[in-house]
Amino acid sequence: MQAEHQDMIDFLRRYPPFDALPVDALALAAANIEVSYFKAGSHILSFGQQVDAWYVIRSGAVEVYRRNGDLYNRLSAGGYFGQFGLLRESSVRFPVTALEDTLAWLIPAPVFHQLFTQYEAFADVVEVEDRTRLRHTVARSEDANELLTSRIDTLIGRKPVTIETSGTVREAAITMSTEGVSSLLVMNAGVPEGAMGNAARMAGMLTDRDLRTRVIAKGLSVDTPVSEIMTPELIYGEHHQMVFEAMLTMMRHNVHHLPVLRQGQPIGVISQSDILRYESQNSLFVVSRIFHANSVAELCALSGEVRTCFRRIVREDANSKMIGSAMAVIGRSFTQRLLELAEQQLGPPPVPYCFLALGSMARQEQLIVTDQDNALVLDNSFDPRRHDGWFLALATFVSDGLAACGYRYCNGGIMATTARWRQPLAVWERYFADWIGKPTPQTLLDSAIFFDLDGVWGNTEWAEHLSQSIAQQTRHNARFLACMARNALLRTPPLGFFKGFVMEPSGQHSRSINMKRRGTAPLADLIRVHALAIGSRARNSFERLQEIIEADILPHGRGQDLRDALEFISMVRIRHQALDLDAERQPDNNIEPENLSDFERKNLKDAFQILSNAQKFLKYRYQAGRIR
Amino acid sequence: MFYIGKHPFNPASRQPAAASPPPWPARMAELARRARHPALRAFYRAGVVTPDTAIGQVPLLAMDFETTGTDARRDDIVSIGLVPMTLQRIRLQHGHHWLLKPRAPLRDESVVIHGITHSEVEKAPDLNALFITLLELMAGKVLVVHHRGIERQFLDAALQRRIGEGIAFPCIDTLALEARQHRHRPVSLAARLFSRRPRVSLRLPESRTRYNLPRYPAHNALTDALACAELLQAQVAHHFSAETPVEALWC
Repeated sequence: MQAEHQDMIDFLRRYPPFDALPVDALALAAANIEVSYFKAGSHILSFGQQVDAWYVIRSGAVEVYRRNGDLYNRLSAGGYFGQFGLLRESSVRFPVTALEDTLAWLIPAPVFHQLFTQYEAFADVVEVEDRTRLRHTVARSEDANELLTSRIDTLIGRKPVTIETSGTVREAAITMSTEGVSSLLVMNAGVPEGAMGNAARMAGMLTDRDLRTRVIAKGLSVDTPVSEIMTPELIYGEHHQMVFEAMLTMMRHNVHHLPVLRQGQPIGVISQSDILRYESQNSLFVVSRIFHANSVAELCALSGEVRTCFRRIVREDANSKMIGSAMAVIGRSFTQRLLELAEQQLGPPPVPYCFLALGSMARQEQLIVTDQDNALVLDNSFDPRRHDGWFLALATFVSDGLAACGYRYCNGGIMATTARWRQPLAVWERYFADWIGKPTPQTLLDSAIFFDLDGVWGNTEWAEHLSQSIAQQTRHNARFLACMARNALLRTPPLGFFKGFVMEPSGQHSRSINMKRRGTAPLADLIRVHALAIGSRARNSFERLQEIIEADILPHGRGQDLRDALEFISMVRIRHQALDLDAERQPDNNIEPENLSDFERKNLKDAFQILSNAQKFLKYRYQAGRIR
Repeated sequence: MFYIGKHPFNPASRQPAAASPPPWPARMAELARRARHPALRAFYRAGVVTPDTAIGQVPLLAMDFETTGTDARRDDIVSIGLVPMTLQRIRLQHGHHWLLKPRAPLRDESVVIHGITHSEVEKAPDLNALFITLLELMAGKVLVVHHRGIERQFLDAALQRRIGEGIAFPCIDTLALEARQHRHRPVSLAARLFSRRPRVSLRLPESRTRYNLPRYPAHNALTDALACAELLQAQVAHHFSAETPVEALWC
């Protein structure tokens, strides 16, 4: 029997609350396990049913419901249920259904009670399951908005209408009229279906706008092959993406039609109007107004709409990633339009350049209260005496414009208006080489923001080039990572010794907690360190976390906990700002805990505790033995 | 258990699958009259549920053997794993795992498979010391095995060798149940001509994968018995029901 118990013990000890138990307690549990299989869709526990065992999922997944039928929780391998029933008169309180084919281990009630009374740590986790509660809170807000959480393939009405590259403009126009579509997918002639799957077969897109601007306006013959007027680089979406992601892709690339692929095959094309039909007053709408504004004054007039849009998305229960991305896209659009207007005014640039967004905009985590962090990368042929006048004028125009539109100037001067942050690519490469190669806590403190960078305008491939070379240099660079880790520990979560909240020490906010400084910023900082350690090129904290989880450098489950903590703290901050806007107050990041519900307060403590634990781990992982 | 190639050695498993299952209660009664060894007689006398009993009501015992080789006439049992179960629960805490000293040489290739070594079996008891307990545990139950050729034939041969009479018992064969699910697939003429039959592996790990069951380390008799028990629960959940009469499943 011994060997089999060992396997069971090994499985159990990978998951809380078992990881808190001594081996003989695990052996007791393992020796008494019973096994049961449940087909997907079958009921495992029904309300009121007598429960005689505690259930641990060995494989598969289940859904736990409230009595009113609302989803309470989803659990997979290592998850457990039935404890509420066992602790209260042995009758089931939360019905459970198998989501997948599930193999469950049943720990008989007497053994469960023995573990529960004997081991305090075990009882704590089982009884008040922090993570589950937090995840449940987070899951509730994710599930609420159907539109923003629907997949794009639900918007596809018909198969894509296609034409071969050899077709003519006339044929394209006829096909579009008879099929009643505003776009055609252009397919490479002669490549058999299914060959290579995707990109090889799809040559480009053709829209009715292309016919207008590239054929009629230029007086081209209707016998011109479509391959000459199509848009060759294809921006596309994957069928499993969310509508929200498709929206962002379209905004980002300023396209109105998006082919959708499933396993490399086009299954349809969605247009902005498909999405707008569902959502009339959303961020997409604001973005299009921004691009139609013809002066800084007109742009400023839109800041009210930005706030309305923000409140609307929050009210629709979008999650923080959606909100952060939507606001970042709006911020980018303001910047891009200002750059267009500046170029109109100043004439063409003397040498090529790339306008960089830094910090929260680059991470796509922008909210309503935000300052501008940006920089300029210039062509290596840049000659300060001849060219810098133009670029300073450009930077000043954009910076003043952004400030007028509600994006405050950066206190630290991290803006393209500062000469030091307006440099040729070669100088930027040297900056990064210095920061990474000769790290000191002070220099990194000033430069950390540059490790979240994104190209907004111009030669954006330079931004890609920089972030690629950063990822290569930081990976496994112990000295650099230790310095970054040290800085990431400077801002601590507001928890006191007895796990009570610690308020801001002084000033007008002395009864409050700054959710950015004490919450989202230290989380973003610590996630950035792990991301740089694995050479991740993701910029968004959630995407970074996903790669960190996949790289398996954190203890089991901690990455997921961090994700939930980030989501919860961000949402408290976001909702607070939306409430301020509703009440026509100037939104800020300061939360007064006494204004929160008990439930929110408890969750917030849990989330800060996760941050605190993650900081301890960061210290241990990157700094152990390196501080002399 | 052993995972064997395409065609197992024993003629018994080549019985046409469509043949109606034996009327086990009557057969057990008949065998009880003929059995000479008291333990065997007691086993048959404990009888078995009637063929129309719902599978959900049947007491079951999952069983797996590791052996010295694949030939029941020459090879012998090295270890036995037993797990009592019902359709609802597998009671691993009442499971048993025995190492035995085989009356056939432990072959190197089998050592490679089950990892049981010569020195371990040297210290183990002969089946003689355990078979009465084994029969008591089996009494009144329907056995659950993956590929009945092994457990039935080896136990039969092992008892023949020790007490001069063999044994028969009702069992549910998860491999046979799995084969039923895949046998009736229509096969196209072209596929038949080019003998491109869909090759579905009926081995225990692959069969389990089809039901989302986790991977276990194989070739430990108790783990394999547990694996087989879980597979039966999954098969019944997917293709039958708790009401299915046991005669539709046993053989």
